[in-house]
Amino acid sequence: MAIEVRIPTILRSYTGGAKIVEGAGDSLSALIDDLDAKHNGLKGRLITPEGGLHRFVNIYVNDEDVRFLGALDAKLSDGDSITILPAVAGGALGFAAAAALLGRHPSNRLATASNSTEG
Amino acid sequence: MNDVLTIDSAIVDAIVAHARRDHPDEACGVVAGPIGSDLPARLIPMDNAARSMTFYEFDSMEQLRVWREMDDNDEEPVVIYHSHTATEAYPSRTDISFAGEPGAHYLLVSTRESDSEEIRSFRIVDGVVTEEEINIVDATVDA
Repeated sequence: MAIEVRIPTILRSYTGGAKIVEGAGDSLSALIDDLDAKHNGLKGRLITPEGGLHRFVNIYVNDEDVRFLGALDAKLSDGDSITILPAVAGGALGFAAAAALLGRHPSNRLATASNSTEG
Repeated sequence: MNDVLTIDSAIVDAIVAHARRDHPDEACGVVAGPIGSDLPARLIPMDNAARSMTFYEFDSMEQLRVWREMDDNDEEPVVIYHSHTATEAYPSRTDISFAGEPGAHYLLVSTRESDSEEIRSFRIVDGVVTEEEINIVDATVDA
């Protein structure tokens, strides 16, 4: 059971510089636990202390943003390809306000996804 | 790591035009270049998914497509740019918190003045901001 995971530059210090690593798990959350066992500390960069997906990263299963797939509950299968990218965001707005704004985004995205007939 | 950003004037002009076009909302985008070259070569204006005057965010699906395209072309994001539309061209705390490409030049354009632009470039690594010079060149473009 192998799932290929593409690691962005900023997180390669956890993978000994490797751009692609392999992991296992039947959900995103299980995969992240498996990766953290091999690459200690990686989980803390992907998941907040409260247990949600970190807003500073985007995680994709094949061609889909995991926020559309149930986030940490997203189901994975052997042969899936995971891509992790740093979210590119910022702006003049104060950080607290920006965090609050971003905190609303996952639900906005889900609403958009469920309204789309093309899926 | 270089402490200067060398960039073609045509690309700078296009970034400023993008910022002006989207004003008063913030504009954002990437300039890709060959891996390791430190040369911004291919301008990719991105949608600001936040469509905000004080915040920008790449659309996650557009970002995946563009990052894959760069991978396929052996390119990397040499410059990540955005505009501030009412404040100076200096990274905000939000910019610093989100800066996730330690190898990129973070280019900021302020469009708060209608008749002139402030353009500044920074490295943002582990929360530390270092301003750098911008060397704007007129490249000889091969036909």
